[in-house]
Amino acid sequence: MGLSQQIRSLTRYLPGPWFLVALGIALPSLLAVGVIVGSLFSPDTENWPHLFEFVLPRVLGNTFWLVVGVAALTTVIGTGLAWLTSICEFPGRGFFSWALLLPLAIPGYVLGFVAIGLLEYSGPVQGLIRDWLGSGTWFPSIRSRAGIIMVLSLTLYPYVYLVARSAFLTQGKRVLEVAQAAGYSRQQGFFKVALPMARPWIAGGVMLVMMETLADFGTVAVFNYDTLTTAIYHTWFGLFSVKAALQLASFLVLGVFIVLVIEQWLRSGSRYHQAKSPPGGRIDLIVRDRWLAAASCGLVLLTAFLLPFVQLVVWAWQDIIAGGLNLRFLGFAWRSVSLSMVAAGVIAVAALMLNYAMRLDAHPASKIAGRIATLGYALPGTVLAVGIFVPLVFINNQLQAALDFLFAADAPKLSLQAGLATMLIAYLVRFLAVAHQPVAANMLRITPSIDESVGVLGVSGWSLLRRVHFPMLKTGMLTAFALAFVDLMKEMPITLMTRPFGWETLAVRVYEMTSEGQWQRAALPACAIVLVGLIPVVILTRRAEEHVA
Amino acid sequence: MWLELDNVVQAYGKSHVLNGISFRIEQGEIGCLLGPSGCGKTTVLRCVAGFEPILEGQVITDNIVISGPGFTVAPQLRGIGMVFQDFALLPHLKVLENVEFGLHGLPKAARKVQAIETLASMDLSATAGMYPHELSGGQQQRVALARALAPNPPLLLMDEPFSSLDGELRHRLNLEVRELLKARGTTTLMVTHDQQEAFSIADNIGVMHEGQLMQWDIAYQLYHEPANRFVADFIGRGVIVPGRVEPGGIRIELGLLTGGSDMLKPGSTVDVLLRPDDIVHDDDSDLTARVCHKEFRGADILYTLCLDCGEHLYALVPSHHNHHVGEHIGVRLEADHVVTFPTHGDKKHPT
Repeated sequence: MGLSQQIRSLTRYLPGPWFLVALGIALPSLLAVGVIVGSLFSPDTENWPHLFEFVLPRVLGNTFWLVVGVAALTTVIGTGLAWLTSICEFPGRGFFSWALLLPLAIPGYVLGFVAIGLLEYSGPVQGLIRDWLGSGTWFPSIRSRAGIIMVLSLTLYPYVYLVARSAFLTQGKRVLEVAQAAGYSRQQGFFKVALPMARPWIAGGVMLVMMETLADFGTVAVFNYDTLTTAIYHTWFGLFSVKAALQLASFLVLGVFIVLVIEQWLRSGSRYHQAKSPPGGRIDLIVRDRWLAAASCGLVLLTAFLLPFVQLVVWAWQDIIAGGLNLRFLGFAWRSVSLSMVAAGVIAVAALMLNYAMRLDAHPASKIAGRIATLGYALPGTVLAVGIFVPLVFINNQLQAALDFLFAADAPKLSLQAGLATMLIAYLVRFLAVAHQPVAANMLRITPSIDESVGVLGVSGWSLLRRVHFPMLKTGMLTAFALAFVDLMKEMPITLMTRPFGWETLAVRVYEMTSEGQWQRAALPACAIVLVGLIPVVILTRRAEEHVA
Repeated sequence: MWLELDNVVQAYGKSHVLNGISFRIEQGEIGCLLGPSGCGKTTVLRCVAGFEPILEGQVITDNIVISGPGFTVAPQLRGIGMVFQDFALLPHLKVLENVEFGLHGLPKAARKVQAIETLASMDLSATAGMYPHELSGGQQQRVALARALAPNPPLLLMDEPFSSLDGELRHRLNLEVRELLKARGTTTLMVTHDQQEAFSIADNIGVMHEGQLMQWDIAYQLYHEPANRFVADFIGRGVIVPGRVEPGGIRIELGLLTGGSDMLKPGSTVDVLLRPDDIVHDDDSDLTARVCHKEFRGADILYTLCLDCGEHLYALVPSHHNHHVGEHIGVRLEADHVVTFPTHGDKKHPT
């Protein structure tokens, strides 16, 4: 064997240059997790004992019960509604099957402040009840663990609803017939067959809900319900201890890890092949059940979307009359939109690059890098803010030292962490997965045989990209951009913690107003966020229709 | 258990899906509904299973009415077994658990024993611990059958049970399943669009067309005594040619068919069904026809022959008589049994 052959056989086992692209995109996630795990080895001695004794137990308990409560409630609501709209026939089924996705448009922190504004002691609902029943009437407090579990569940149940619905739709009512042919009633059939078969899907949806609940900052902040995320925020901005914040973040990362393990365990041994059976129609309910089904769907839609939306519009209108729609507001809106546009563009391009890297370099290392890059969605915004900020400061200081060494007193002063860099990198890590998925789905359609068949016709290289790949990837890129854009508009903790001084976006404005209890003045920016949030709901429903067609 | 359908009518909206279906399957017999897709055969099965209510008529098992207008015994109370077209094995349960699934009336230990016994009786013991997707198509089919048969249902329903399998395997399973059902004495109603399958499994076959039962009979009768033009056309190959009744036979372009004219008025015109085996190849015959298409089938060749008048016929010829397309070959009529239809009618003339 000649030397060149030996080299070739060696390099065959090494990843190609596209691996570096994938690695580059995965690097921030790796850095953030590395810094946080590393912080366990250099504990903060000044603040940690205090935090450990007085803050941590309460915060951990709060976080735990919140995640468990929201997971349980969204499972019930999401699975129940999915079953009704996919398998049963009742008045309004067609409408509810897409309308029940509308709550996706309302971020938890918006539903949270609307619920508090409506239901707190001085709110209109309790006022009315006192007028009718006398002043001593007891009313459950909305600012409670149960209250926040309700609010988060009403905004997060669509994740479970979506996946459970597609599981039930592929099953069709056929599985019930199998159960009936085996001598079970319909109810037994649901619990013995339909539900266990849908379990892997439902588990996937519930896992997303738990991730979102762990990551939630805005809603718990509105409720003054202290969880790990708010603790990280207050440790950084109250105690100014980055080290202690990192240590708190490590608990949050541990929580995320536990959720991931639970999900893997729930899914294990159950990669069910989808039944080939046609859906075969829906169940006719008896008259009473028909109206019960319509009423339950209506109740959820009313409380999770219609009522809060109307209340928001009313408050926003009052604010506009009072002069709220001023240049200052337009400034927030413009900053939100432009920032989200730029970031969404960066994220969509990164998603495209990552997809090409994984397509063109089949080496396992590239696959792993791609997987790590898209796992960033699991890292809560508060964790990312700290996890990106700290290494960026380190890099900045190293560069500064190098510059100082080279130019002595003439060296320019660097401040990487103070600009947009921290924010944009954290955004990229958190929302890359959202953008990756639609692009990957489109990429799958460009099979190797398409490249080959086009190659036979004499089209390759740049012209292959321009005439074949880009047209086929266009909708995926647009979807990726739109989904990332909307998530960025809603994003609160990263923006809040890493924005340059004085930067205000719509979400930041909502945070500031709600932390002062000024619901009415928070309504106008919230309204804008909700309207933008309707975009992905439209995309989702259209995609669902395509599936049916 | 015997099964009887008496004038069953079923409709979605205004269009009738089933139009007065009546037939009866005796204890231990295997009945089969045969027809093109959309003819309503699966609907009949679903009515018997209790998944669909019926508008008129009755479904009766052992003197008990289980379906009537406005009255449907729930499927789970009928004690039937059912094999679904796609097998509908539960993907999250292992094979043994799938078979146990239908045995819920029993205590746990007895359930397991009976499931194991059923699997063993069907040569499936080795698959007990596997998941459905780990099985081959043929194994999945037999597990589906085992699940349906494990509770010893007095009546078994099968909806196109072999349609997802390929030719060879399918034929082998047909025979196997028939033997198994006969050995257990299970009354069976199945549905298929494949006549070979119906012929090899069923005792009685019902040919369905547009929601009507055209004929309920044994396979031999369906082929040789089709009740109407649809059955004649649907079962087996054949062509219908015009003929005139003469004393002692029916005259068609190819010659005189003896027999079949006793009940007909001499001089009247009729349509005659010619099967490929009614035409015999004979090199010595004066009568010739041009080969316009040939289909080699191993032991024999199915020739499509064109007559000068533009009519065409089929001839089934032993395969060593190898002729080329375009060649004229000698043929002779040799029908011992003549089936005729009125020129402007659908129903077969009585014989």
